[in-house]
Amino acid sequence: MFAARTPLSTRLWVAGVWLFVAFFVVNLFGLIGSVLTSSFATRWLGTWLPAGFTTKWYFAAWDEFQLGDVLWVTFQVVGSVVALSGLVGVPAAYALARREFPAKKAVMLLLLLPLLVPPVTYGIPLATVLYKSGLGGSLAGVILANLVPTVPFVVLVMIPFIEQIDPRIEAAARVFGASTPKVFVYVLVPILLPGVLAALLLVLVRTIAMFELTFLVAGPGSQTLVVALYYAVFAAGVRAVQSIDAMAVIYMITTLVWLIIALRFVNPTQIVARAKRSNT
Amino acid sequence: MSAAPSARRTEGPTLTQKLRARGLDGVTLLVLPCVVVAVALFVYPFLYGLWLSFHPKAGGDALTNYERFFSDPFLSKTIWTTLRLALPVTLLNLLIAVPIAFRVRLMKHQRLLTTILVLPITLGTVLIAEGMLFYFGPQGWFTRSLMWLGVLSHPLHIVHGYWGVFLSLVIAIFPFTFLLTLSYVTGIDPSLEQAAATLGASPAARFREVYLPLLLPGLAITFCLSFVQAFSVLPSAVLVGDPANTTRVISIAAYQAAFEEYDYSLASAIAMIMGAVQLVVVVVILGGRTLLYRGPVAAAKG
Repeated sequence: MFAARTPLSTRLWVAGVWLFVAFFVVNLFGLIGSVLTSSFATRWLGTWLPAGFTTKWYFAAWDEFQLGDVLWVTFQVVGSVVALSGLVGVPAAYALARREFPAKKAVMLLLLLPLLVPPVTYGIPLATVLYKSGLGGSLAGVILANLVPTVPFVVLVMIPFIEQIDPRIEAAARVFGASTPKVFVYVLVPILLPGVLAALLLVLVRTIAMFELTFLVAGPGSQTLVVALYYAVFAAGVRAVQSIDAMAVIYMITTLVWLIIALRFVNPTQIVARAKRSNT
Repeated sequence: MSAAPSARRTEGPTLTQKLRARGLDGVTLLVLPCVVVAVALFVYPFLYGLWLSFHPKAGGDALTNYERFFSDPFLSKTIWTTLRLALPVTLLNLLIAVPIAFRVRLMKHQRLLTTILVLPITLGTVLIAEGMLFYFGPQGWFTRSLMWLGVLSHPLHIVHGYWGVFLSLVIAIFPFTFLLTLSYVTGIDPSLEQAAATLGASPAARFREVYLPLLLPGLAITFCLSFVQAFSVLPSAVLVGDPANTTRVISIAAYQAAFEEYDYSLASAIAMIMGAVQLVVVVVILGGRTLLYRGPVAAAKG
């Protein structure tokens, strides 16, 4: 744009920033590449590259860690958490976006707190309560624990989405005699769908990666992939390191697929504010 | 609304109408399931934990757990250990994220770079820990490259210590800090900067005088939200750290009390202390925010 009269100090600064980004990205890819290479390695000790490549660790990991069961549990947990936080969060966001009522500030604070308190802090008392009530270690317990951060998250992401929809659209539907459920199904759901989808995809990615809460609440039969991976790394030495890496790669691919889908729907730069792009 | 008693049409506004005037109608009730979930799964366990923390497992004085925590250096030191990790990590992430966000803002094709920078979110702390053991380990590519280039004469001891946890947290939390910062940076109207440029302000001055005051409130929120994540560093502190000593963070202490000693009372007390320390930091940061400019950043009319 005005490169010709950009002073040297600015150009050096820009080059420095890009150099740092390059350094970060190279090391990031190196880190991921190490795990990826190791998961395909036959034997890799003290050399740049392993002695040979094989896919047998993936089959080994699948059997050793019962990945079929773990993936099925992960699928159930994530599916339920996404569905429930959508069902509970979206109507609440609608009410909070459209109505002014006396306790609104208190409700907003109640929803902000779970996002401002570290998961371990409320996870330990929550795990205690769940174990006392017999839900600890069960699939239901894991699902309930994961709802604590995701429901407020859906509400807080959806409020701005709903606020930007013109209330006159709903008013018009009401003038023609639509009841509240009908307005919801025929007017609001189609308009809100992109926003809901975006929020739920982010919940999905968050829940797959949510370690602390699942770790505190899960029992042997209700571990999600990330917790199973933690135990595998934690108890390393018993099993071949390559099969742990194979499991880590499976985990990474599971989240990566969903994150890329999420980024197609959500513009990451518009989470807190509508960006204004100038064309000058 | 059906919850209200039968309407009396003749005399004055009905109960339904009165409630509606205060903003309470069928739509407002939609908030109830969400409140129920938050109270049952967050407020109740939290209060139960608070109550439990004052009822020590072995009986005795209500404050026994707290006295034990603060008198036992093995426990109380964990606060310092956690802060020593979480505060620098959060600050460093912000310091990295702001200049990069300013560059990315000017790009035409942001999506690819943003996706690459956000990639660590998909890795999760566990995979990052595993990757770091490899990559920065004595036979890893990082050490090998630096030794091959002649920068290093012997392997660095990054993993299994403070710096291992530090780096893994920087990598794990950076995407989150970056996304929020980018969102705040792009939310500021570029015409404000152009006006400053027209008036002859240098890039550094434009950043200092125009962007920084507008950005600080957003950065304060970003700091708080990133700090929460850095504060509960359980997996990386165990896997790439030195969990018995230099990276024995407070969440490890709470976990061990709960699931190794089965002393839920002490564990709740530690969890409460953890929450309190976290809240003090958040209040200090957000309290400082009220001293700063608060107003519209998207459009300046007038």
